Amino acid sequence: MGFHWKWDFTWEILPRLLEATLNTLIAAGAGYAIAIVLGLVLALAQRTPYRALTFVVREFVEFIRSTPLILQIFFVFYVGPQFGVRMSPWTSGMIAIGLHYSAYLSEVYRGGLNSVGKGQWEACTALNMSPRQAYTRIIIPQAVPPALAGMGNYLVGIFKDTPMLSVIGVAELMHTANAIGSESYRFLEPYTLVGVIFLAISLPAAGFIRVFETYVRRKLGLK
Amino acid sequence: MEDMSQYPLELTGDNIPMVRFMNVTKRYGKLTVLDRLDLDVATGEMVTVIGPSGSGKTTVLRMLMTLETINEGVIYVDGKPLTHMEKNGALVPASPKHLRMMRSQIGMCFQHFNLFPHMTALENCMEGPVQVLGMSKQEARKRSEDLLDLVGMIEKKDQHPSRLSGGQQQRVAIARALAMRPKVMLFDEVTSALDPEVIGEVTNVIRDLVDKHNLTMLMVTHQMGFAKDISDRICFFFDGSIEEQGAPDALFGNPQRERTQQFLSAVKEAG
Repeated sequence: MGFHWKWDFTWEILPRLLEATLNTLIAAGAGYAIAIVLGLVLALAQRTPYRALTFVVREFVEFIRSTPLILQIFFVFYVGPQFGVRMSPWTSGMIAIGLHYSAYLSEVYRGGLNSVGKGQWEACTALNMSPRQAYTRIIIPQAVPPALAGMGNYLVGIFKDTPMLSVIGVAELMHTANAIGSESYRFLEPYTLVGVIFLAISLPAAGFIRVFETYVRRKLGLK
Repeated sequence: MEDMSQYPLELTGDNIPMVRFMNVTKRYGKLTVLDRLDLDVATGEMVTVIGPSGSGKTTVLRMLMTLETINEGVIYVDGKPLTHMEKNGALVPASPKHLRMMRSQIGMCFQHFNLFPHMTALENCMEGPVQVLGMSKQEARKRSEDLLDLVGMIEKKDQHPSRLSGGQQQRVAIARALAMRPKVMLFDEVTSALDPEVIGEVTNVIRDLVDKHNLTMLMVTHQMGFAKDISDRICFFFDGSIEEQGAPDALFGNPQRERTQQFLSAVKEAG
């Protein structure tokens, strides 16, 4: 056995892998959408004056961050049905990965929200704004730019973690590469292609995030 | 527990002051910042608070803006309790709703301006009227432009704060506060963070307000000359209470208390 790359096989499997890439992108996008919204809820819940709520949410975030994603995926998919929650691999996968990343994103938001100075809150009070108005009009818009770099990191992170969904049978890129391998007994080409595809998406995405960050700052008139 | 029955549910009679601090105490832990403060500010009066740092003078403004809670006593604005509200014939601590209702009468300018950096000067001024008062954008724009004109900032109305000097930012902040049409304006060391050469542009705006508008104002400043020029009354704070107060000429020209004399001569030497 030596290094033996087959180009005709490569071209043969490429369309199938590209099709699976679309599923990977959908999984990453859907998971991220859940994480972005839920993460904000988790971050804001830790800023309420209700001590008990703050405590429970804080512990929840720590729990999620301290346990492996793959365990959470298995848990939702296999343990869920024992409690009568029966969901498809896709639904379970999206919930697990969305929940996992919402914990990380809540920390990013928390940092962003804390970076807005006390004086801004005082100005909101002096203008008699409600807490809701203060958050939506003044505090969150200023918390976004410092949070963007972290948010971008986790967007790439969630994309790279989608292969874990293959363990519960979500037909994303990794799952498809495995299937090709076990059908043809050739693993070199499919796995190499998976790596190349991930690289080809991750690298430009990171660059795009940096450009987007500058754009948002300028748009908001911030330095 | 403090006996709240010693405080009236609201002030009655003639000559109700615009602001009344009644027996107000503020503590941070064991440290008493303000000790049973009694202070009235009449409608249209300009009162300046001076004193060494740590004497509690900024706390007076912050309590009135409801940025700080108080431990004892009651603050009244226009005859009605601000820090408390009536419930079953007795005063209880104010609810957020009561605070929002009462706070609309008070405006404040800060040492560090606290303009919203993601909004232009004009947007800063329009934010309160549109979001809080529910005014139409058109009307709010008109009002804001008039006020930016008043403070001499109309030409910079489309600039973000980061493009403005400290003096310009403070003038926008004054316009922003005025756009809410408060009855009481609070100025908390508004020139302390400014370069000496631009202090005049801010003090001139405040001077203008005193001359032409019937606003009740409470100011904390280190600009003694300015305070003497424009105030109706000066309160000298020391150690959490009013050591001496009176008309500017009397207090600056002929201070009665030893601490006042010491403070004023120290300030004179430094200035």
